[in-house]
Amino acid sequence: MASETTFDLIVVGGGPGGYVAAIRAAQLKMKVALVEREHLGGICLNWGCIPTKALLRAAELRHSIDEMKEFGITISGEVSIDLPAVVKRSRNVAGRLSTGVAHLLKKNKVTVFDDLATLGKYVSGRREVKLAKGGILSAKNVILATGARARSLPGVEADGKTVLTYREAMVPDSMPKSLVIIGSGAIGSEFASFYLDMGVEVTLVEAMDRILPVEDAEISEFVQKAFTKRGMKIITGARLAGLDKAGHGVTARFEGDLAPVKADRAILAVGITGNTENLGLEGTKIKVDRGHIATDQWGATGEPGVYAIGDVTGPPWLAHKASHEGIICVEKIAGEKDVHAIGEGAVPGCTYCRPQVASVGMTEAAAKDAGYDIRVGRFPMLANGKAIALGDDQGLIKTIFDKKTGELLGAHMVGPEVTELIQGYAVARTLEATEAELMQTIFPHPTLSEAMHESVLDAYGRAIHF
Amino acid sequence: MAIDILMPALSPTMETGTLASWNLAVGDNVRSGDVIAEIETDKATMEVEAVDDGILAAILVEAGTENVAVGTPIARLAEDGEAVEDVAAAPAASAPAPAATAPAAEEVTPQASASPVAAVAPAAAPAVVPTSGSGAPRLFASPLARRIAGDNGVDLGGLIGSGPHGRILRRDVEAAMSAPAPASRPAPMVSSVPASPGASTLEPNSQMRKIIAQRLQESKATAPHFYLTVDCEIDTLLAARKVMNEQSSDDVKISVNDLVIRAAAMALVKVPKANASWEGDNTRLFHHADIAMAVAVDGGLVTPVIWAAEQKGLAEIAATSRDLATRARNGSLSPEEFVGGSFTISNLGMFGIREFAAVINPPQGAILAVGAGEQRPVVRDGQLAVATVMTVTLSADHRVVDGAVGAEWLQAFKGYIEAPVTMLL
Repeated sequence: MASETTFDLIVVGGGPGGYVAAIRAAQLKMKVALVEREHLGGICLNWGCIPTKALLRAAELRHSIDEMKEFGITISGEVSIDLPAVVKRSRNVAGRLSTGVAHLLKKNKVTVFDDLATLGKYVSGRREVKLAKGGILSAKNVILATGARARSLPGVEADGKTVLTYREAMVPDSMPKSLVIIGSGAIGSEFASFYLDMGVEVTLVEAMDRILPVEDAEISEFVQKAFTKRGMKIITGARLAGLDKAGHGVTARFEGDLAPVKADRAILAVGITGNTENLGLEGTKIKVDRGHIATDQWGATGEPGVYAIGDVTGPPWLAHKASHEGIICVEKIAGEKDVHAIGEGAVPGCTYCRPQVASVGMTEAAAKDAGYDIRVGRFPMLANGKAIALGDDQGLIKTIFDKKTGELLGAHMVGPEVTELIQGYAVARTLEATEAELMQTIFPHPTLSEAMHESVLDAYGRAIHF
Repeated sequence: MAIDILMPALSPTMETGTLASWNLAVGDNVRSGDVIAEIETDKATMEVEAVDDGILAAILVEAGTENVAVGTPIARLAEDGEAVEDVAAAPAASAPAPAATAPAAEEVTPQASASPVAAVAPAAAPAVVPTSGSGAPRLFASPLARRIAGDNGVDLGGLIGSGPHGRILRRDVEAAMSAPAPASRPAPMVSSVPASPGASTLEPNSQMRKIIAQRLQESKATAPHFYLTVDCEIDTLLAARKVMNEQSSDDVKISVNDLVIRAAAMALVKVPKANASWEGDNTRLFHHADIAMAVAVDGGLVTPVIWAAEQKGLAEIAATSRDLATRARNGSLSPEEFVGGSFTISNLGMFGIREFAAVINPPQGAILAVGAGEQRPVVRDGQLAVATVMTVTLSADHRVVDGAVGAEWLQAFKGYIEAPVTMLL
């Protein structure tokens, strides 16, 4: 099988961008090779989205025990956490899905090379790809889907013991007593929430003036209050000056006169940078801009027959964006007719801290900056019957409409299961629904999704339950 | 049971079409998938395939009939076992309203529906949009597109959608709104052409001809054209091309036109002010050199687009332009392949034309007319010499491209053409 060296398409990287692109290409009758250096499924499946969700589920179950009394359930005896078992389950979940990806690729007759790939020469319309273990493959087209890794700050290197990246943070061998997390984006906030629920003293540090800075300001404020109420310490507007390791712990120092923070461990969550090194990009027409490969809307780079998708091409660094880019890139290569580039504000974002956060489209501030005259709808989860019954009624659904056209410019949600709800607004935006279609849609009762309907109604002064 | 074959809608926006020809005669056997007729739409001639089996019992609309409304029965099939004569005589099983008695919703639409922008805003917005069930062909448009079209008096029926399966989206309506409004037309003079009796014939204009006429008239009437001409020596370019094609074992050979496209794209990057379009209150500056190329086809021309040509290498440009030209000629381009673009190139060099001035392809800001490369005397250092010279003329819309900008662009273009190595960077 692996003796084959000529293909229609070679995909470099087996994450959610690469493996999805490979399967789509196989569906379109291409002969496909996929080169993956470590784990099929990439960061998402092995060291990101999926294993962290397994950890957060454990934290959520632990938290729910504290609420049992309210539901009339008494638990006697001691509640304890078997940390190695929690981590092991998370690893098993990742392992099961990675095996699943291998099966899918096999089923679609994609040839998988467990190797490191480097771009080679472009000869007679075919691109060569060199493998580190020896051998040269060639294909008409190559897709680079090499992903990204944690960015470090100048002078602050993660050592994996006291200063961690997401990678070590998800496989702790012991729980620290205290933890300082630098960066409050999705990764930082999820770890903050997990460790907090696991009983760790957490300090969350953000350089901007609020946590989750890409979200709508009202949502950031909501999460910040919820975190603070649970005992998290949050410092915003804090630019890190250094992380000093001393004794068993670490001290975070900040610019200006902010007091330093001492903790047993630190997690660095200050963004990620594309894996553009050792790919053979030097001397090609492929442009690397601030750590990411520049492409057009179809993933084409400056080099004929070389495409790039997913995290290596820049933010938003999201698995579902990578997968979608992989699909449209492959369909464009195959000459499919009805292919459409990802529209502006079409990629929803989800953060799985407690409370969950989900959004799509423009924030209120962005809509105003863009010159829109807007209508804003808000609906609190505490007025939603299902949320009250669940005992999880802290949340807010905010919708933003263009007053002139009724376009849904953005939707911002915080609260129970909102990550599962956001697709409703994403579909509405893709279909270019206006407030009228959203109002005319019947939302089933009793569900959390009724709050989505009410938020739209509220934007037009018509909310029924608030 | 007789089966009526209805006039099909070949595009989401098609309302009527010309039944160009019948491929079968009454009495012929029809199998599903057979091509039974050809229908002419605004941009192409398309084949109609049978979806049922049977015998062609009657042709209800003769070949050559214009303005046949979508949904009109055009022929009738007798199923196996049925007597062809009985079937032919039977009343139509379903007879949707023909174009002349279209639902009221359509009559609000001004007659100038061939233009992308309706001249007068109809009073009631929803009435512009035919809804399914009214007998009109279903029009696929997003709710937001419908609302913006309604608020601004845009006739959706005249638009080509850029969404999935040709669905009309907000951006299509906004593009139509920003396109220059059609100029008022002079009274038709068809019957007053002085000619000796019998010395002329009247040929009905195809949809394509009408659209070309409308768009180019609109261009000349609204865009103040000016023209800049320059001679480019192309001996170095021809030599470089020869080497490229000898070195490459690809099937695709690079043509002079491909090098012209590449040079134009590079020049648009170098002089981005020339890559612009007039939109009334705003000037749209394009981020990519989306180069449309004029392709002559039977009965007219189309302008398929090489998107982001500045990011494409010569081999890719060569392959793309050849593919687009081939499919333009056989009428198999899809709308998103020929609608739009930021700049057009028209090349008549292969006809031996020395130089010409082209009409701007609206709403673009400029078009480059390329003449033949031919040996001409040139003066170098006071001596006569022979060089291969290609004359190009830039027609620019003075509303967005000023003389100096146009000249700067031509200078950049000439630079790339005369030193082709620089355009490979």
